[in-house]
Amino acid sequence: MIEQIDLSLVNWARATFALTAMYHWIFVPLTLGLSFLCAFFESIYVRTGNEEWKKLTKFWMTLFGINFAIGVATGIILEFEFGTNWSNYSWMVGDIFGAPLAIEGIFAFFIEATFFAVMFFGWDRVTKKMHLFSTWMVAVGSNLSALWILVANGWMQSPIGMKFNPDTARFEMQDLWSVISSRVAISHFTHATSSGFLLASLFVVAVSCWFLLKNRHSLFAKRSIAVACVFGLLSSLFVAFTGDEHAFITARTQPMKLAAMEALWEGKEPTGLIAVGLVNPDKKPGDEQDPFEFSIEIPGMLTLLAHRRFEGVVPGINDLTFGNEKLQIEGVAEKIRRGRVAVASLGDYKAARKSGDAVAAERSLKIFNQNQDYLGYGYLDSVEQAVPSVPITFYAFRTMVSLGTLFILMFLVFLYLSAKNKLEDYPLILKFGVLSVFLGYVASQAGWVVTEVGRQPWAIQGMLPVTVARSNLDSGTVAVTFFLFLFLFTALLIAEIKIMAKQISLGPEGGKS
Amino acid sequence: MIGSLDWSTLQQLWWLIVSVVGSLFVFLTFVQGGQTLILTLTNDDNEKNLMVNSIGRKWELTFTTLVLFGGAFYASFPLFYASSFGGAYWVWIAILFTFVMQAVSYEYRRKPNNFLGQKTYEIFMFINGSVGILLIGAAVGTFFTGSNFVLNDYNLVQWTHPLRGLEAAFSLFNVSFGLFLVFLARVLGSLYLANNLEHQSLVGQLQVSAFNNLLCALPFLLYVLIRLVLMDGFAVDPTSGDVSLVSGKYLQNLLEMPLVLILLVAGLVLVVFGVVINRFMGSVRGIWPSGLGTVLTCLAVFSLAGYNNTSFYPSKADLSSSLTIYNASSSHYTLTMMSYVAIAVPFVLAYIAWFWRQMDSKKLSVEELAADDKSY
Repeated sequence: MIEQIDLSLVNWARATFALTAMYHWIFVPLTLGLSFLCAFFESIYVRTGNEEWKKLTKFWMTLFGINFAIGVATGIILEFEFGTNWSNYSWMVGDIFGAPLAIEGIFAFFIEATFFAVMFFGWDRVTKKMHLFSTWMVAVGSNLSALWILVANGWMQSPIGMKFNPDTARFEMQDLWSVISSRVAISHFTHATSSGFLLASLFVVAVSCWFLLKNRHSLFAKRSIAVACVFGLLSSLFVAFTGDEHAFITARTQPMKLAAMEALWEGKEPTGLIAVGLVNPDKKPGDEQDPFEFSIEIPGMLTLLAHRRFEGVVPGINDLTFGNEKLQIEGVAEKIRRGRVAVASLGDYKAARKSGDAVAAERSLKIFNQNQDYLGYGYLDSVEQAVPSVPITFYAFRTMVSLGTLFILMFLVFLYLSAKNKLEDYPLILKFGVLSVFLGYVASQAGWVVTEVGRQPWAIQGMLPVTVARSNLDSGTVAVTFFLFLFLFTALLIAEIKIMAKQISLGPEGGKS
Repeated sequence: MIGSLDWSTLQQLWWLIVSVVGSLFVFLTFVQGGQTLILTLTNDDNEKNLMVNSIGRKWELTFTTLVLFGGAFYASFPLFYASSFGGAYWVWIAILFTFVMQAVSYEYRRKPNNFLGQKTYEIFMFINGSVGILLIGAAVGTFFTGSNFVLNDYNLVQWTHPLRGLEAAFSLFNVSFGLFLVFLARVLGSLYLANNLEHQSLVGQLQVSAFNNLLCALPFLLYVLIRLVLMDGFAVDPTSGDVSLVSGKYLQNLLEMPLVLILLVAGLVLVVFGVVINRFMGSVRGIWPSGLGTVLTCLAVFSLAGYNNTSFYPSKADLSSSLTIYNASSSHYTLTMMSYVAIAVPFVLAYIAWFWRQMDSKKLSVEELAADDKSY
């Protein structure tokens, strides 16, 4: 199937996708959350009839629109990059993966596109209630689009509902419902969207804190903070809850990722969770080096996270790489051996079919069927390739969790001070409020780093490595595209930040917006 | 009922669905056409802002339809998605670039402190409306002229031309097709704006612009039509699936599928009719017959490419690698499931139409824009 693997090409393709996805994810979480916050603000306006709430709604809507445009711009690249940079992937799993993308277009993008125009330009063209309905629909549409793309991503993390067809050399869907309702997909959706709500709440708090520090638009800022803190606190608690669920599922579907998240090399019972640690970056599977330069462990916590009880082993990287009979874990070496049998027998089957040798085709097919679950492993060169980057996954996970915990405390404090109307008495807390949005972006990006780096080398977990999934391009072509996108996205990001900063400085009274 | 449809019927149904989405996209390129008019047709900033804000309220629909076109192709004909996007790499990257430029331009254009300046964003819009549409046309032109790719036994694509898709822009047929789409978009843009704006002098100019752009489009249209009926086409043997070059294949398709011929003729007549009533009868409703005509014409073009045992994405490098709606499609199961999903499409179209009507029932005026602090 793949005669030659150009790792440089694969790495440029990965870098380009990571670049696009990370830029896209700067804008998407704000869209997801701010759309709902705008809907909350406008609902209060419609309920109270107070024009100040309308002004407040319009201010946040302006910032939403600036952010939304660039999110759309980076999103289209992401969708088509599956074709341009991962064309083998697009053929091999397009029968399954294409469906959620098309459904996303039908059920989500058109809702956004239609009601976005009403939300921004319909204030005097439709009734007040119809306008409010449109604002809510933009929020629903935005989040529905997240649902479908996260269903697709969830399927990549835990492929179900499909079967490999040796005649077409692709995976074909058997059960759409199991793809959509997969526990992994739902978990991805709830965790990612609620993190978006959290980030948007931080954004509103940050901008409002800045106003309070500058002693401008105080009432506006306090109202915004009150609504954002309630939404943010609920979201951050839900993020923690779905994060726990996510880890529990990851333990079952992607044990290697969980092991990398914890830099857990040897499984033990019960397994502790590393609260703080400095990983040894030189440690390799099977060697005798210490995994940590320094660490503080909470005993039994990882077992609790993975099994929801204090008994049970969480397998380590070495268990998963070299196998562990006691834990009934098949090692990567054996999977690679069987994978290579699958690759060879698939080739024999195709050749026999081409030459019209039915007996040889049947014989090869039988061998293939016995080993097809390992097909993807057949393209790995070594057992080490099956292990993702432990330091990156480990640190990204800790960054996400620690900041997520901090945000819960932060919203509690802000809510308390807001209720007591004492926010302005604590300028240091207000300064932290301004800083918090940047921490929110760091946490949000770190979450995706855990998800995507932690599942390497797989495009489709256990089925299709990235080395096979890429397009047949030369690495120079993809490298040029990488820098083109880097230049374009960075220029647009600078424009977005400058415009956003100006609009914020103009405040709710506004200038030209 | 859908569950009992056989695979080939579903493949044909999905070619129709993709064609409808593609045709609606071409209609909606009135946004792109309008973008190419703002630099030349306006006399002052008020007129420019009026035009930008009129089409700016629809840009997302066009954009979304393009995304859906890609998504629908991915779901229904993944081998095309993989072969074309992964093979004709540079042409698609160039197209995508122009749409990224467009996506931010409306929102950022007149915002203070916008880093690149108003003019830059207007140039972005122009590039999207001209180069973007030209390249899309050139890419669709390869449905008839063929592309340079080979598929291996595992259906993985290898492009055989170093320009990786940009070579499509060096074919006279493809370029003519692309230029026809550019001028058609300008026709539609002029008609839409004439219908949507309350500005007497600008509307008068737009009515003339629609007619002039139709005149510009005609030579390219004629060349495309003449070449289409004369050129060799990529025919598929229905029994063996083998692809071969057949003289006058597309003419044969037209004659063997009279409905397609009717669609093509009716479509072109409607396009011209819309322009004529705008130019000579003082009407501003020409966008509707011309829009419908555009959809019918595009449906005919897609039908010529995909139906009647024709390869819709032929390979010049290796005829046996050519894609047909039968060998490039998703599985029976996936097409069945997606057909259930597609039942929602008419409802989606209905609410879009309803809100379109709500938003466009009152014409856009300079006064309204001046009072709207959210205008583009």
